[in-house]
Amino acid sequence: MAEDISNLTIEKFPAAGLEATELRPPSAGSSEDWDLVIRPRTGWFDLHLAEVWRYRDLVMLFVRRDFVSQYKQTILGPLWFIIQPLLTTLTFTLLFGNIAKLSTDGLPKMLFYLSGITAWNYFSDCLMKTSETFNANSNIFGKVYFPRLAVPVSIVISNLIKFGIQLGLFLCFYFYFLARGFAIHPTKALLLLPGLILLMAALGLGSGIIVSSLTTRYRDLRFLVQFGTQLLMYSTPVIFPLSRLPREYRWIMLANPMTPVIETFRYAFLGAGTFSWTHLGISAAVTLVILVAGVMLFNHVEKTFMDTV
Amino acid sequence: MSNTVIEVDRLSKQYRLGAISAKRLTDDVRRWTAKLRRLPDPLLKLGHEQKNGNGNGYESDVLWALKDVSVAVKQGEVLGIIGRNGAGKSTLLKVLSRVTAPTLGEVRVKGRIASLLEVGTGFHPELTGRENIFLNGAILGMTKAEIKNQFDEIVEFSLLERFIDTPVKRYSSGMYVRLAFAVAAHLQPEILIVDEVLAVGDAEFQKKCLGKMRDVAGEGRTVLFVSHNLGAIKELCDTCVVLRDGQIDFQGPATQGLMHYTKGLMHGEASVRGAGWSGVRIVNYGDGLPGPISNAEPIRIETEFRVPMDFEWGKFYLLAYDTNGNGLIHNFASFRDLGVEKLEAGTYRITADVPPLWLMPNLYTLQLKMIGGTAAGAEERYFSELVVLDITDRTEQASGKIRATLIPPVSWSINPQRVADPQRHV
Repeated sequence: MAEDISNLTIEKFPAAGLEATELRPPSAGSSEDWDLVIRPRTGWFDLHLAEVWRYRDLVMLFVRRDFVSQYKQTILGPLWFIIQPLLTTLTFTLLFGNIAKLSTDGLPKMLFYLSGITAWNYFSDCLMKTSETFNANSNIFGKVYFPRLAVPVSIVISNLIKFGIQLGLFLCFYFYFLARGFAIHPTKALLLLPGLILLMAALGLGSGIIVSSLTTRYRDLRFLVQFGTQLLMYSTPVIFPLSRLPREYRWIMLANPMTPVIETFRYAFLGAGTFSWTHLGISAAVTLVILVAGVMLFNHVEKTFMDTV
Repeated sequence: MSNTVIEVDRLSKQYRLGAISAKRLTDDVRRWTAKLRRLPDPLLKLGHEQKNGNGNGYESDVLWALKDVSVAVKQGEVLGIIGRNGAGKSTLLKVLSRVTAPTLGEVRVKGRIASLLEVGTGFHPELTGRENIFLNGAILGMTKAEIKNQFDEIVEFSLLERFIDTPVKRYSSGMYVRLAFAVAAHLQPEILIVDEVLAVGDAEFQKKCLGKMRDVAGEGRTVLFVSHNLGAIKELCDTCVVLRDGQIDFQGPATQGLMHYTKGLMHGEASVRGAGWSGVRIVNYGDGLPGPISNAEPIRIETEFRVPMDFEWGKFYLLAYDTNGNGLIHNFASFRDLGVEKLEAGTYRITADVPPLWLMPNLYTLQLKMIGGTAAGAEERYFSELVVLDITDRTEQASGKIRATLIPPVSWSINPQRVADPQRHV
């Protein structure tokens, strides 16, 4: 029997009390070993992360589902992953680079914008898609239990594949410009790339699940997220490098934890821009706080969201 | 260590009615401040829920879907859960399958639970049958390796070998359900929770599903089964729980439970809505606990019907169904048959006498219907609640495994005088 119960959380019994008062607590039961105890609420720090790991097959199947179903019955298929950043980059190059003549830290305009867009897209896709978790999956969530966190985690992973493809596009242009002898050079900061990706994923996931948890009750936030993410882009160095911002306004951009990530990303590949361990450290700390808070809130909401959604 | 595998301990579930609005936000703030000051939740009071809106406005939008429910289920038990719509059956299953958390109380479980509140949860129309088997299996709690091991059996059970690589959006609804049930049927949990899934698919497939459920129960696994199909409950379950208004009304052997449920229906609580049928009473049952009725006995049904407006014309119907929902009796009496011109608004007592029906011993459900027409040309329809008929046989006809619907007393005779000589052809 022992191997068959592997999919359940083992919780301590009897319950630690967070019972609403005035109502009788359940009769403090026997000392038998129960595999699962369902009770009104669990503590804020019961994160069930081990359970998500046990459902990793499900996570990967969700990733596959998202990926396969997204471009079924389209002619260009996954090429859309490339077309979208490419057209955005061309627009930015024309509009901000050639017409408005904004600075690009002396870098080729194309590479400057493409690097920013690639990094920003990953973050914003994670944020926007995970923020829909509860509302978009309410019919599955209403019928069967699995750790709800499996859904946002799978979204972050399937977006990682998309990010990989877009990074490939960036690298094509990168090597082209490198071969043509433009003033760009990779730096040691490239070693930080996995860390940067992790930061973007964690930040997108964390803020996305916070929004999704709050939208189960108050849908207002959904509208805010839609254009909020767009507006947020203007407070990152996607279009405008941090170094060209007047010193008294820099804090606005630095308040966005994505700013150091994008600056470092650009610096790593292109060798120009702002690189600061302090900025990066603060950004990582903020990300961690948002992620932990997000997971806590998410776990708290998932137990009863079916009643409010 | 006892062999109790599920222990539901004083479970209550509260729902708040009404739309989410700015008031909800202020309620939330009230709860939060109370919690911070370690005061009880100001909006959570058991037993104050029915104030019909004239209280301070909070209690009235609170509904207790489950109130203080305690049940213990033993290893290998097949427990049926019955009750009218809104009695709390689905809420109980939802709490047990961890879709929603209880408001109060606890459930303690031993073993792995799989719940089937719906077939085909998470099916994606764009994916093929094969891909959906894996996805659906994983959603129901299987690992990839477990699904792989069972894959061939699942496909075989679904009878869909040829279409397994076709996107399920091209499937007919019957094929879709077959595939979905095939996955569900191959779960290997210690505890299976099933809600009404048998209500889908054609009769042939339903039979197959019931068979599969029987197998699962036969393997010593614990099953919790919610259904409106009283015949299926009778056939599958050892014990049953009758829920009424979120509370346990009866708990015990399945047949007794079904009768208790029927008795509840007969004593007229259905008339809350005003117009229409109130309490369909089967006189044969008397006032005690309903017992079996012989199939050779005439059945008398008494009821009251409240006519909400003047009807110029109308018909009263008597309908009966077998446990699969197939129609068995259809009979009506028009106003003219009853010798009335028209019916004015008011309450009338109605009696129907049914001759001996010679039905196969089984459970049947009986329902009354009324169609009435007003002078203005409007047509109204009223249905009564379903009432269970437990029919037995006092003759020897129904013994053994026979397949029949009616077992009437047929008068046979034989003339001992031979009509032809057996040697004729020689």
